[in-house]
Amino acid sequence: MADGPVAEVLLQRLEAADGGLDSAELAAELGVEHQTVVGAVKSLQALGEIIEAELRSTKRWELTTEGEEIAREGSHEARVFRSVPPEGLPQSELMRLPSGKVGFSKAMSNKWIRVDKSAADGPRVFRVVDSVEDEVQRRLQLVQGGQAEKLGEKERSELRKRKLLTEVGSWRDRPFKPYNFSAHGVLPDSGHLHPLLKVRTQFRQIFLEMGFTEMPTDSYIESSFWNFDALFQPQQHPARDQHDTFFLRDPAQAQQLPMDYVHRVKRTHSQGGYGSQGYKYNWKLDEARKNLLRTHTTSASARALYRLAQKKPFTAAKYFSIDRVFRNETLDATHLAEFHQIEGVVADHGLTLGHLMGVLREFFTKLGITQLRFKPTYNPYTEPSMEVFSYHQGLKKWVEVGNSGIFRPEMLLPMGLPENVSVIAWGLSLERPTMIKYGINNIRELVGHKVNLQMVYDSPLCRLDAERGPPSTQEAA
Amino acid sequence: MPTVSLKRDLLFRALGRTYTDEEFDELCFEFGLELDEITSEKEIISKEQGNEKAQGASDVVLYKIDVPANRYDLLCLEGLVRGLRVFKERIKAPMYKRVIPNGEIQKLIITEETAKIRPYAVVAVLRNIKFTKDRYESFIELQEKLHQNICRKRALVAIGTHDLDTLSGPFTYTAKKPSDIKFKPLNKTKEYTACELMNIYKTDNHLKHYLHIIENKPLYPVIYDSNGVVLSMPPVINGHHSKITVNTRNIFIECTGTDFTKAKIVLDIIVTTFSEYCENQFTVEAAEVVFPNGKLHTFPELAYRKEMVRADLINKKVGIRETPENLAKLLTRMCLKSEVIGDGNQIEIEIPPTRADIIHACDIIEDAAIAYGYNNIQMTLPKTYTIANQFPLNKLTELLRHDMAAAGFTEALTFALCSQEDIADKLGLDISATKAVLISNPKTAEFQVARTTLLPGLLKTIAANRKMPLPLKLFEISDIVIKDSSRDVGARNYRHLCAVYYNKNPGFEIIHGLLDRIMQLLDVPPGEKKGGYVIRASEGPAFFPGRCAEIFARGQSIGKLGVLHPDVITKFELTMPCSCVEINIEPFL
Repeated sequence: MADGPVAEVLLQRLEAADGGLDSAELAAELGVEHQTVVGAVKSLQALGEIIEAELRSTKRWELTTEGEEIAREGSHEARVFRSVPPEGLPQSELMRLPSGKVGFSKAMSNKWIRVDKSAADGPRVFRVVDSVEDEVQRRLQLVQGGQAEKLGEKERSELRKRKLLTEVGSWRDRPFKPYNFSAHGVLPDSGHLHPLLKVRTQFRQIFLEMGFTEMPTDSYIESSFWNFDALFQPQQHPARDQHDTFFLRDPAQAQQLPMDYVHRVKRTHSQGGYGSQGYKYNWKLDEARKNLLRTHTTSASARALYRLAQKKPFTAAKYFSIDRVFRNETLDATHLAEFHQIEGVVADHGLTLGHLMGVLREFFTKLGITQLRFKPTYNPYTEPSMEVFSYHQGLKKWVEVGNSGIFRPEMLLPMGLPENVSVIAWGLSLERPTMIKYGINNIRELVGHKVNLQMVYDSPLCRLDAERGPPSTQEAA
Repeated sequence: MPTVSLKRDLLFRALGRTYTDEEFDELCFEFGLELDEITSEKEIISKEQGNEKAQGASDVVLYKIDVPANRYDLLCLEGLVRGLRVFKERIKAPMYKRVIPNGEIQKLIITEETAKIRPYAVVAVLRNIKFTKDRYESFIELQEKLHQNICRKRALVAIGTHDLDTLSGPFTYTAKKPSDIKFKPLNKTKEYTACELMNIYKTDNHLKHYLHIIENKPLYPVIYDSNGVVLSMPPVINGHHSKITVNTRNIFIECTGTDFTKAKIVLDIIVTTFSEYCENQFTVEAAEVVFPNGKLHTFPELAYRKEMVRADLINKKVGIRETPENLAKLLTRMCLKSEVIGDGNQIEIEIPPTRADIIHACDIIEDAAIAYGYNNIQMTLPKTYTIANQFPLNKLTELLRHDMAAAGFTEALTFALCSQEDIADKLGLDISATKAVLISNPKTAEFQVARTTLLPGLLKTIAANRKMPLPLKLFEISDIVIKDSSRDVGARNYRHLCAVYYNKNPGFEIIHGLLDRIMQLLDVPPGEKKGGYVIRASEGPAFFPGRCAEIFARGQSIGKLGVLHPDVITKFELTMPCSCVEINIEPFL
């Protein structure tokens, strides 16, 4: 490094010196450019706590052209004073003098001169005092003589306001090391939003743009009843197993259930009804009371639809939610015990599978996904059900981007919704599109306390429809 | 979703044509299956155990196909091929027939001891079947798939298949003390008591998963023939005596369980799928079960059910305009034999015993849509007119979090579940003081409770990011959970805002300033007067003595701020001072 020898000398001198060194003096002493010493200081600072440096600035002041004139000839007011003979001078004449206009008012305010407006040939100016001290000239001469520091801050600023003095960086005419424009700037100190929640904000925005109302999802604890039974998910369903769902020890049971509705649900499961064969098993209330950490936000959708069903007459509704859900699953690079589920629901008379696909097309277009196709699938509470696939340019294949369907009549009719009302719904996880968008392969770097804060600091805006991810994101899918 | 693994060439031979991988993938997609992986035995072993172990393994190409969880009829080659060939209109769906034998009908008598442990049993006979090695393997594999899925790992139903020619009916299904059951189990050379077997199978990687179903019961279920030969001790193991082989011609099938409906479905699936290889194709020999109450039932049920659906309903639900005749044709391709009847708009659909998944008209409508082709359906937008509203709590949260970032704090996103230690011990509290909800079945300590405070998550985030330049300024606005007996589920969420400042100095003034800023944002003025906020000296086990204050706003306590106690800092594996604020934002809605 070019600064090497200077840095070494600097350290030796510092060791010997008492109370530090002045970089400018040192530069002069060593016969090197001041910048070379500054460079050495900076590189030593970069190594850590080796030296301490403080920035000292010396200001230099310079006279303006007018200021130079005043230093030479005296201030305008002094010149005005001098122009006034003891017998006075007509004001009109005085005003014609070069310093007249400016000097007159200043000399007036200094009370050096007075005006007699009653004089016969118009207003006449007289001296008030015999002699004056031209402080302005004196001060400017001090500056000229390189003794600006002898002036107070107030005095200097007064002269500067009169445009007689300018502050000059000593740097105006100095040669500088050229900037390295390929280097990075210094990032501003700022707070940052979490990338997953930036994506959440965008999804909320999309739903709101589409006219969907946000459902309350502010209860992580749910009864098995709302989480499963209300959705016509049978009590022996594997999702209700201890291996898949977190159950609660305390409070273990939901004490209040809407019993009328519970009985209709029970009958539908165990005997059928509403055109259904049912599952034909012994439905148990105790099983429905078991509390758990909700495994999907569809439990909140079920509550919202139940509330909708109680409103008569039926009014169409579009709902959405984005919130946490919990699964007691085996964890790996893409699975955690909790994740965020995005859900959209439309309830109206006569909705079709074609409507579901149409809404999905609009929704995914807003995400920047235009190539869609639909695969038949099985979900316990939707029928028909369809998985949504989109063509992934990077992987050159179709990948699943969401799941959807029409809620089963066995779920809707016991709630009390009218028979010709259909409810279409779809869901996806928030984490997966976020991982793809931000090119993150391990979900732990995104969610939870092991997050990489640097990643949070560095993550760009979330503009789902405006961009293709960087090449690395292609792997994440 | 169950996955079935099929030999590709065998599959193509059964389908009567070959496909490229892409063509077959496309066919699966259309039908609602997923060609998950193309592999071979060799590849699987080499992936799992290394190339050396894979030496000599078969490199026959295998298709791994994901099957919808309710389509038990597609869980083996025979069923899958039948479904696809009917779909492609190569064959008509077969009619399955139950026949009463000319000779004596096989009979199983259930004794009442079974009532407390495994009360149901159904039986059937496949007569004059002809196995090959592949067919035999498929037969065993189907039972395994059924056990894993509809049978819920044998808890609901367990299947036993036996060489009928080695046995002599009538059979007895009873329950006995484990020490009184003694037999030679499948693939063992000597007899063991049930107690001994339970011990032996504790180390059996396959069977150990089923022991818990009966382990702690006083009586174990067991099936004997008229000579006292043990057929099986369900749901754990069959007897060796009646073991079926590739040469077996007559099979006695018993399904025992706790769910009668599912037992009948499982029996139907097995006999419909494999009756194809019987001398009289698609016929199944009936057998009888005498229940403890003396009632006699004949199985398999093989019930065909008729459903009536109007064509315009199908069109309306799917969003298409097909003639009733075309819809009937579409349904027939899904193994649902259909015809137009009545006024010409009614479609009569016959639900075969293979399609236990069809329980409502909506299931029929889905099949019509699948046969029509999901991707041929015209997409349209519903005319539903609605005004959108945000959930007020989330609206406030969204606004606040942007301004928290503008105040220089970085947003964290931490887990809602954590250990008891995190919310109690580490903060100097007893778990009972936290009013936390407790999880009954956590796999690890990380999931013992739902958090009652956001602080531990933020402190753990700092601990995981100690290499980052100081100061660290973090915040989170999210939910915590507290027991609350006034709620239907006995607990409720609260939306909290928590922020921490971690640096070489405690920086209380910074956290205090942040609180002032938050209150400014919420339009809450400082001061004692109504609607204002104040902080008052307080204490808490998590805080340094004299460095803790309680925050009161709009007449109620909303949280605390202060400098953390060194013990707390140490327990979260931190080394520097830290101040924090945590408030409930719900009073500001």
